[in-house]
Amino acid sequence: MKTRKGIEVSIAASIAAKLARVEVIAAYPITPQTHIVEHLAEIVAEGELDAIYINVESEYSAMSACCGAAAAGARTFTSTSAQGLELMHEILFIASGMRFPIVMATVNRALSSPLSIWGDHSDVMAARDTGWIVLFCENGQEVVDSIIMAYKMGEDRRVLLPVMVNLDGFSLSHVIEPIELPSQKEVDEFLPPYNPLYTLHPDKPVTMGAYGMPELYTEAKYAQETAIINSKKVIIDVMDEFGKKFGRYYKPVETYNTDKADFVFIGLGSVNENIKTAIDDLKTQGKEAGLINLRLFRPFPSDELMSALQGKKKVAVIERVMPGGAKNSPLYNEIASLAFANRMTLKMENYIVGLGGRDVLPEDFQQIYNEMAAKEKAEKVKKDKNYTVMRVRA
Amino acid sequence: MVEVTKLIHKYLRHDKKFPHVWCPGCGIGIMLGALVRAIDRVGYSKDEIVMVSGIGCTGRLPVYVDFNTLHTTHGRALAFGTGVKLANPNLKVIVVMGDGDAVAIGGNHFIHAARRNIDITAIILNNSVYGMTGGQFSPTTPYGMKTTTTVYSNVEQAFKISELAVTAGAVFVARGTVYHAKLLDGLMEKAFLKVGFSVVEVISHCHTQFGRLNRMGSAVEMMQWQREHAVTVEKARQMKEKELQDKFKIGVLVDRELPVYQDEYEKVRKWSQGVVKK
Ligand SMILES: Cc1ncc(C[n+]2csc(CCOP(=O)(O)OP(=O)(O)O)c2C)c(N)n1
Ligand code: SF4
Ligand SMILES: [Mg+2]
Repeated sequence: MKTRKGIEVSIAASIAAKLARVEVIAAYPITPQTHIVEHLAEIVAEGELDAIYINVESEYSAMSACCGAAAAGARTFTSTSAQGLELMHEILFIASGMRFPIVMATVNRALSSPLSIWGDHSDVMAARDTGWIVLFCENGQEVVDSIIMAYKMGEDRRVLLPVMVNLDGFSLSHVIEPIELPSQKEVDEFLPPYNPLYTLHPDKPVTMGAYGMPELYTEAKYAQETAIINSKKVIIDVMDEFGKKFGRYYKPVETYNTDKADFVFIGLGSVNENIKTAIDDLKTQGKEAGLINLRLFRPFPSDELMSALQGKKKVAVIERVMPGGAKNSPLYNEIASLAFANRMTLKMENYIVGLGGRDVLPEDFQQIYNEMAAKEKAEKVKKDKNYTVMRVRA
Repeated sequence: MVEVTKLIHKYLRHDKKFPHVWCPGCGIGIMLGALVRAIDRVGYSKDEIVMVSGIGCTGRLPVYVDFNTLHTTHGRALAFGTGVKLANPNLKVIVVMGDGDAVAIGGNHFIHAARRNIDITAIILNNSVYGMTGGQFSPTTPYGMKTTTTVYSNVEQAFKISELAVTAGAVFVARGTVYHAKLLDGLMEKAFLKVGFSVVEVISHCHTQFGRLNRMGSAVEMMQWQREHAVTVEKARQMKEKELQDKFKIGVLVDRELPVYQDEYEKVRKWSQGVVKK
């Protein structure tokens, strides 16, 4: 009989890494990631996990040490947030370019300046095109399951890429949720030990990260790009296999109440729980709205998203990051380009919410629904600011 | 008004930013007191001072002082400060850092600022841990001590910040403690007056994190520890190596003259512009 127990999501995330039998952990503390790495340090110190925990002197070193450990054939784990992810930036490309299946839990937090320790997606969005597989989690159970699945996805010989599992700082990382933790036996059956293709080993020396001269660089990058695009099939297979084994089924793109509604929200991460609440509330008022939840962000799940958008008329794209001078926020831009390529006519609006920990309530989504429902015809594209920042005092 | 109230009114953003975030009994407040008293004695005007900090409990200090302040990122304060000083050498740049800020994530900036001998005063509060993030291991955590990321025992050797600064080339290096507050006032005063890269390492306690994990008692008991383990440079000269084993030296460790970066730079500029001959 499966049991769920109330546990802080950060602690559950560290237990998931333990269940995945990670061998090397290199991390530097940063709020709101600290509970994950502190608990892992404890698990290792208590001898519950046969691993090395390296107390590095910065995130730059954390990701570098993970790369080194992965090069030597170890299963590695790290976790960070915000400034830490930015400091790692250079090495994020090294990890994906050298094809190391490192798994990182990114506890999403706003970037300075101004200084903020609270949640939003400005960290992950600045790292979204680094060649990592990027997953978003809506709740604690997904965090646990995603970390376990991430190793199986990344370590697959057809993939060999690092995987980033995103969970929202505080609103997800620090809450206590009922979570089912699989047994070690079950996880061992699902996830075999890491069997790397190439490692640094005296018996069979290799060179990693060598010069890519102009006649080779493009091919190396093309091969890497092909790998991340093709990884989607493996990702789906892993999700299916996970479902069969553990009874929790995941998909790259998930929908909620989209059958009846021609209005949909599209969002990333824990904000989707509030959107679902808003959808249920709207239903009681006789209004129908749906949610498209992107669990997989990289590789971008275009086909799945296209099918989910079939027959939809109005789309509200919800994001927790400023466009930074771009036309719209990143997810909106990508959906718009997808819609254009497929000649879809959608009335799309872009809403920026929850920056630097600003509250996002179900009422906000009801308001968005009502605003968009009131506007029948698509308006002309606004020239300057083609998005709405919720609750901003301008 | 009593002296201390006058200083508070003059230098602190007392009506805007208080109460502060520090734990009751934390040593950072004592260091802030020493800093303000030393600045008052040196006689800098508030507006010519730029106080730069990184991130951490110590890094929050500029929030509370009424100078020009630049609150930067974890570890980069000295690099920001270098930019400030070179853009306007007339400014008095004081960089306040935690031990993590200064010698973990920002260690590289620290040794290079010392080597370059840029006219900045670096004040480093060494509490042996990352206080702000919850008491994790720092490169200053002594061997064998507990932190939240070295649950049983730290297996690494600690940096000695002051000795590191001496070796890296700082022209003035002093160490004090928050227990020896009066001495600290004087050390800071000397550091501010020194032209070149000056360092004051302030040994402090983080009783809420480090102290609790290592059963070192209250803030008061941890300050007693400081009293018992600190030996003045003068007294240390009379002591044997063995007697000094579990002690640390306080006072001025180095006070020397080396060419100062801005001056040297200015000379080269003048040569290149043909104003002066080499
Ligand atoms: C790039 C980056 N990594 C990690 C952090 C999280 N962080 C904030 S303060 C701090 C450590 C503070 O320790 P210390 O510098 O010793 O200052 P204290 O709080 O002890 O005064 C850390 C790791 C951060 N802000 N930025
Ligand atoms: S956590 Fe430690 S360093 Fe930070 S304010 Fe409290 S006692 Fe001081
Ligand atoms: Mg510290």
